[in-house]
Amino acid sequence: MQKIGVFVCWCGSNIAGTVDVHAVAETLKKEPGVVFSTDYQYMCSEAGQNLIKDSIKEYGLTGVVICSCSPRMHENTFRKAAQSVGLNPYMVEVANIREQCSWIHKDMATATEKAVILGRAAIAKVHLNAPLTAGESPVVKRALVIGGGIAGIQTALDIAEAGFEVDIVEKSPTIGGKMAQIDKTFPTLDCAACILTPKMVEAAQQEKIKIYSYSEVDEVKGFVGNFSVKIRRKARYVNEDICTGCGVCTEKCPQKKVPNEFNLGMDNRRAIYIPFAQAVPKVATIDPNYCTMLKTGKCGVCSKVCTAKAIDYTQKDEFVEAQYGAIVVATGFNPISLEKYDEFAYSQSPDVVTSLEYERLMNAAGPTSGTLLRPSDLTHPKTIVFVQCVGSRCDGGDKGKPYCSKVCCMYTAKHAMLTREKYPDTDVYVFYIDVRTPGKNFDEFYRRAVEDYGVHYIKGMVGKVVPQDGKLKVQASDLLSNEQLHIDADMVVLAAAIEPDKTARPLATMLTASMDTNDFFTEAHPKLRPVESPTAGVFLSGMCQGPKDIPETVSQASAAAAKVIGLLAKDKLTCNPCVAHSDEQLCNGCSSCEKVCPYGAITYQDKEFRMPNRTVAVRRVASVNPAVCQGCGACTVACPSGAMDLNGFSNRQIMAEVDAICK
Amino acid sequence: MENKQQLTEQILRMSGVNARKCMRCGKCTATCPSFDEMEYHPHQFVYMVEKGDIEPLMKSESLYTCLTCFACVERCPRNVEPAKLVEAVRLAVIREQGANHLKPQDLPELWDEDLPQQAIVSAFRKYSK
Repeated sequence: MQKIGVFVCWCGSNIAGTVDVHAVAETLKKEPGVVFSTDYQYMCSEAGQNLIKDSIKEYGLTGVVICSCSPRMHENTFRKAAQSVGLNPYMVEVANIREQCSWIHKDMATATEKAVILGRAAIAKVHLNAPLTAGESPVVKRALVIGGGIAGIQTALDIAEAGFEVDIVEKSPTIGGKMAQIDKTFPTLDCAACILTPKMVEAAQQEKIKIYSYSEVDEVKGFVGNFSVKIRRKARYVNEDICTGCGVCTEKCPQKKVPNEFNLGMDNRRAIYIPFAQAVPKVATIDPNYCTMLKTGKCGVCSKVCTAKAIDYTQKDEFVEAQYGAIVVATGFNPISLEKYDEFAYSQSPDVVTSLEYERLMNAAGPTSGTLLRPSDLTHPKTIVFVQCVGSRCDGGDKGKPYCSKVCCMYTAKHAMLTREKYPDTDVYVFYIDVRTPGKNFDEFYRRAVEDYGVHYIKGMVGKVVPQDGKLKVQASDLLSNEQLHIDADMVVLAAAIEPDKTARPLATMLTASMDTNDFFTEAHPKLRPVESPTAGVFLSGMCQGPKDIPETVSQASAAAAKVIGLLAKDKLTCNPCVAHSDEQLCNGCSSCEKVCPYGAITYQDKEFRMPNRTVAVRRVASVNPAVCQGCGACTVACPSGAMDLNGFSNRQIMAEVDAICK
Repeated sequence: MENKQQLTEQILRMSGVNARKCMRCGKCTATCPSFDEMEYHPHQFVYMVEKGDIEPLMKSESLYTCLTCFACVERCPRNVEPAKLVEAVRLAVIREQGANHLKPQDLPELWDEDLPQQAIVSAFRKYSK
C-alpha cells in the first residue's frame, strides 16, 4: 500500500473562489492510502514546495497527489520538488482542479464535488504508479537549416559562430531568398542587396557552414538529437566545384526565351543561368525544361565555350545522408496567385502588377534596369494606383487568406514614397482599409509618405480595374467623402497576400511538425516558446511560422539559433520515460501498432520463445525504440491483444482512474 | 426601441447575412454599378443594418435602384453579401404593405406566355407568404 500525501492548492482565488479547498482536503484524507492531506494558498511557491518536501520526509510518503492547475503548468515544478527529497518524480500526480474545474464552474457545491472526484482519480492512479527512470540519448553536434533566405542564413551564421557545424539546404540555385529580390528595405530605405549579400558571402566563407544549393530534403528519420536526413542534390548539369561563375555560358546559350523567375517572368534568361550577379554559390545551372541539349541531344554550346570544362550533361540527382541534432525550418513565403481576382484584371493587363513585381521594376538589376517603365509599352507611368489587402483579411475559403499579411502596408508606403521621390510628376494613390504600422519608426515612415511626399491615401477599396484604350480604368470607393472614384491609371500595383511556401506542407509531414489551417508552422507555445515546433528538435525561423518583416525575421532567426545552440551544447538528452513497451508474451505480431505510430518508433523482430516440452517457437513481436517514442499512446489503443502499454499511463492506471470517477 | 430591434433581427434572419463580418473596406461601394442612383450606398446599407437603422432604408429609393447584380456579393472579401440585405429590406417593405400576396390559383389570370420562368419563381418569392 502506498503512503500518499494530498496537497490542495488555492491558487489564490483562482481555485479557492469556486472550490471549497478545505473540504476537498478533508474529504480526500479519508481515501485509502492517504496519510496526509492539506490545503495551501500557493503550492507552486517556495513555501508551498517546502510544505510538500517536508511532508514527504515527515510522513515517509511514497506517492504525492497535487490538486492544482493543469499538469502542463507545474507538473515539472512538483516533480522536481519531490525528486529533491528522494522521491521518484513519477510518483507525483497532478489533479487539474483549475482549468478543468474551478474555471468552468460557477456553483461552489458542484465544483467542490468535482474537485474531490478528480482528486480521487489521481489517488487511484498513484496507487498503481511505479518509479520510472529517464534514459539518455546522445546529441549529434550538427544542425540542419532548411531554406536559405535571410531567416536561414541568419540562423546558420549564429549557430556557426557558436562553434557548431550547420548545413543549409536551399531548393533554388542560390541562397538569398526573397530578400535578394527586394529593392529597398523599410523604414530606413537601405538597399536590400547591400545588406543581404555580405551575409550571403559570410555564410559561404564560414568554415562551419555547408551550403547545399539546388537541393531538397527528401526524407527525415530519427528524433531530437539524432535526426537522419536524406538530401537530394538536384542535377544542375554543371560541376559546382569546377565552375568559376564567369558567366560566358549564360551569354552564349542559344535558348534565349526562358522566363526569368528572379524577375518574376518579366524578362527572359537563357537555359543555362546564374540567377543574379551576387548569387551564392556563383555557379551556373542548366534548366532541364528548356535546354536543347538535354531535350534533343543537339546543341552543346555551353560545353564548348566553358573554359573550365564544368558542363556535365550526364549529371544525375545525387543523395546525401547526414545526421543532425537539430533541424531549423526556414522555408519562407510566396505572394499568392492572383488569378481568381478577375476584378483587378491582373491576368488581362501586364500593367497590373504585384508589389514584388513592382519591386523588380524599381530595381537597378531588374528588367528595366531601375527605370520605372510600365511593362506594356515601356512608357513612364503618370498615375499609379496601389491596392492594399488583395487576398488578405478575407473570409477564408475562396475569398482569400483570413490573416493580415503584415508587411504590405509598409512596403506599399515605401513604393509610393520611392516613386514620388524619383518621379515627382507621378500621381500616386493608395487605397487602404486600415494602415497598420506597428513597428519601430514605422508610423513615422508612413506619415512621411503622406506629408512629405504627397501620396494620396484614400480610405476605401478598388472595386474593379478595366483595361481600356491603353489606360486602366479604376473604379474605387472613397469612404470618407462617400464617393465613388473613377481614375484613369497607367499602372495598378496589387499588394498580394503572402502564403507559406508550397514545400512547407510536405516538409511538415516529414518532420511530424504541426501546422495551422493556413500552412504556417505552429509554435510549441504561441507566447512562451515561439521559435520551437511542438516536435522536439525542430525549430522555426522566419515567415514559415507567420507573416513578419525583415527585422522580425532576423530576430526570430537568431532566437531559433540560440535554442539550437542550447540543444547542441548538451552531450546527452534526457528521454521521456513515459514510453510504450510491448508485452512479448501477449503480442501476436499483427502490425496494428506499427501502422498507427506517428513517429516510426515501432519495429518488428522475430524472436525465439521457449514453448512447453522444451520446444522453441519463433514469433514476430513488436519492439519500441524508447528514444523515438513520444508516449502518445496511439499504439496502446490500437493493440487488439492488449500487449502494448504505456509507462506511467498503463491501461490499469487509466481504468483505475475511470473507476474512481464512476464510483 | 424593441420594434427596431425586432425589425433588425428579422432582416438579418431573412437575408442570412451577418453584418458584423463587415470590415468596412468599401469594396461593395467601389464595385456598385448604380452608385450614382443611390441615396444609401452598399457599405452604408450594411452599416445601417448593423446599427439597426432599418426604417430609413425601408423608405429609401435606394432599395429599388439596386440592380441585384450581386457584384458586391461576388467581390466582398468578408462574404457579407450586401445585396441580400437589400433584398431582405425590400421583402420587409412588401410584407408591411400586406394584402398583395400571390396565390397559385391567381396565377392563370396573370399568365403571360412570354413571362420567363425565373420571373414567376421570383414573384412567388416576393409576393407569397
